Amino acid sequence: MNLATLFQTIQTKFGKQVESMHAEHRDEAYILLSDPNIRPITEYLRGELQARLVSVFAEDRRSEEGVFFNYYVFEQKGDAGYLIVKAPVPAADPRFPSLSAVLPAVNWQEREIQDWFGLTAVGHPNPRRVALHDNWPNVHPLRKDFPLDTVLPPFEGERHIYRPALGEGVLQVPVGPVHAGIIEPGHFSFAVAGEPILYLQLRMFYTHKGTEKLFEKLPIHKAVFLAESISGDSSFSHGTAFCQAIERVAEIQVPLDALVMRTVLLELERICNHVADIGAIATDVGFVVANAHASRLKEMLLTANEQLAGNRLLRGMVCIGGVRRAWNAWQVETLRYTIETFVREFQDLIALIHSSESTRDRLEHTGILKPGIARDLGIVGVAGRASGIDLDVRRDHPYAAYSGFAFKVPLYQAGDVWHRLLVRVDEVQESISMIRNAANHSLNGEFRVPVPPIPANRCALSAVEGWRGEIIHWIRTGSNNHLERCKIKDPSLNNWPALVEAVQGNIIADFPVINKSFNLSYSGTDR
Amino acid sequence: MFKILQKTIRTGIVTTGYPKRRAHNSDHFRGRPSFDFEKWQDARPAADECPTGAISCRDTDDSRKVTVDYGLCVFCGLCAEASPKAVNITKEFELATADRGSLVFTADYVLNPDGTHRSLSAVANGRTNADADVESVGAKAREKIQKLLGRSLSIREVDAGSCNGCELEIVALNNPIYDIERFGIHFVASPRHADMLLVTGPVTRNMELALLKTYRAMPEPKLVVAVGACGISGGIFGENYASLGGVDQVVPVDVYIPGCPPRPQALLQGILLAVGRLREKRYDEHPRR
Repeated sequence: MNLATLFQTIQTKFGKQVESMHAEHRDEAYILLSDPNIRPITEYLRGELQARLVSVFAEDRRSEEGVFFNYYVFEQKGDAGYLIVKAPVPAADPRFPSLSAVLPAVNWQEREIQDWFGLTAVGHPNPRRVALHDNWPNVHPLRKDFPLDTVLPPFEGERHIYRPALGEGVLQVPVGPVHAGIIEPGHFSFAVAGEPILYLQLRMFYTHKGTEKLFEKLPIHKAVFLAESISGDSSFSHGTAFCQAIERVAEIQVPLDALVMRTVLLELERICNHVADIGAIATDVGFVVANAHASRLKEMLLTANEQLAGNRLLRGMVCIGGVRRAWNAWQVETLRYTIETFVREFQDLIALIHSSESTRDRLEHTGILKPGIARDLGIVGVAGRASGIDLDVRRDHPYAAYSGFAFKVPLYQAGDVWHRLLVRVDEVQESISMIRNAANHSLNGEFRVPVPPIPANRCALSAVEGWRGEIIHWIRTGSNNHLERCKIKDPSLNNWPALVEAVQGNIIADFPVINKSFNLSYSGTDR
Repeated sequence: MFKILQKTIRTGIVTTGYPKRRAHNSDHFRGRPSFDFEKWQDARPAADECPTGAISCRDTDDSRKVTVDYGLCVFCGLCAEASPKAVNITKEFELATADRGSLVFTADYVLNPDGTHRSLSAVANGRTNADADVESVGAKAREKIQKLLGRSLSIREVDAGSCNGCELEIVALNNPIYDIERFGIHFVASPRHADMLLVTGPVTRNMELALLKTYRAMPEPKLVVAVGACGISGGIFGENYASLGGVDQVVPVDVYIPGCPPRPQALLQGILLAVGRLREKRYDEHPRR
């Protein structure tokens, strides 16, 4: 269905409720409702149009328009692309109907709106705090009348009341926020009956550092660096997503060479993280030799990263209007050489893993995420593709130079740790062939265009397939090179609840490997 | 099994010789920006570009105080693009120090009417006065640890709110390339077993208590190392309703390791410095008056 027909159908069906509809950019259309009642149109879009609800977030527009707005981002593989339904929530009666009971995927996101903005999700099955811990005072940090530098009283009282685990032989095992390994902080509360896990309760947002609020204070060109610090292992993806959003607003045409360079760096980031994860999964079942090789390969790529971008995590490379530096012939040669060496070594690594029956035995049928549950929870990225969710922003809504490359998107139905590993292996192979192709492209043309003044009060959505999955940035620009709002959605936010499902019934000793097979970002979730 | 051995033998030894041998950094690596305060004609463009405020200007009538804080620097190189004549991006990365003040430089300028610099009147480094002071920071703990442990060391890592960038590089210390175990240093699962707390930041409001509890759970003597721009100063996040800023806002810090994130060799240098196995590197090209 093309966009005009879609608009027409919606006009006929929901005419009374629809205020206006327009296409803002390519792949990005807005439908403005007259009231907060989102349920009927959601049912239609998800049912007949097979659209997926990607993200739900709010914005405080009280001083400009007298209301809050809730945004419901739907994604459709056809012409509509990203369809954003915008529903006003009156400031005097700040309540909106919850979708979580039918759509578990938005459970946390609706609760975030409650915490950040003080709007009530009516009918939410579990309306407790999620983003602000229970010990926070009654504040709503993303409201415009809450200053960024507010000093809150120190920690007091209970963070969160967990559901108790009762019964003979049933134990509750608390883990975190400071973990045994070198990982990010979060709290896991396991209820176990002997070895098997009955259920897992998660407490995240330990690393919440006011990122979305901070975006509203930084000048746009500096905010690129904040975007790079949303999630360390996805620095380049988040940086690119942010720059793309600004480029859409300011209608900047990024030169082709810059787009190809971005594609190369996005794929390098993907390979780096995938190979590290493959090693880490092997470690968690005791196959440390594989990890020694994997971390050696990762190091090889990080060295190439440094040669190409000046920083091992590819920071300080992407900029609004292209990339910050051009590559000379030697740098491109380094890229080629690294990739060719990597290919050989990677094949050896995969052969090692395949030759180890005990590794495969531990990984198969471990931590199964069934496709039906994955669909309900809105799982994206690697975890989704291992559980039959056929999504990939690179293919569905191409950005950077992806429309110029041929690549396969791996898809499996089994949803266990082994298949999440296989998705990574397949993706590394595809990325390698893309980088090989790109390295043959002559990369010595224009790499950056000047940035015009950024127009005020414009919105744009940008999507990037980070190595974990779909990254969404949505912005509204303000005056004087500042943003009014920047919404960040890291794929981890969707995927954490999948971990809860995947561990059930597994033995607690397998939790680390199941967790690693998702390898979700805490900082990206907590922001 | 045979395949595994074959691969291992074919791969050989990959461990770096650092710190005995110099680190090989790529040609394009961005390390410490070095400032020629004499030649700097206007600090404002660089200050305008600097994403974290590591370069800042404070003007009074006809004078300007320019502050350069390596504790805030994310090594993006924008200052060198803004002031190519005065700022030069070097490959130096061994910036770890026991003295937070030594990361801060201030330069006083007399201004022209148009706001550019007329002349440099003073450059100062915030280093705590006597060198002896620098040495005494954590010296007691260091001495005790050396005596007790024969210079072996157990580290507990705490992510107090970082973006995970620093953690990636800390994890790399365990890989066969950097292999921190060759120094008798290893990462342990519990603060009860640890001599050193390696902390990344910014410390969030939600992690403050966990960091404090971890610190208190360590046996004496204990060392604390703050990692990365955010761990030193809050970095780009600074201080806000959810972030308390640097690690030393919550627990006393013995050594600071600048970087965003610090590369593994920089982490090694900082850790070895903290236990007295390396001396601080000093970049003294800045004229001290």
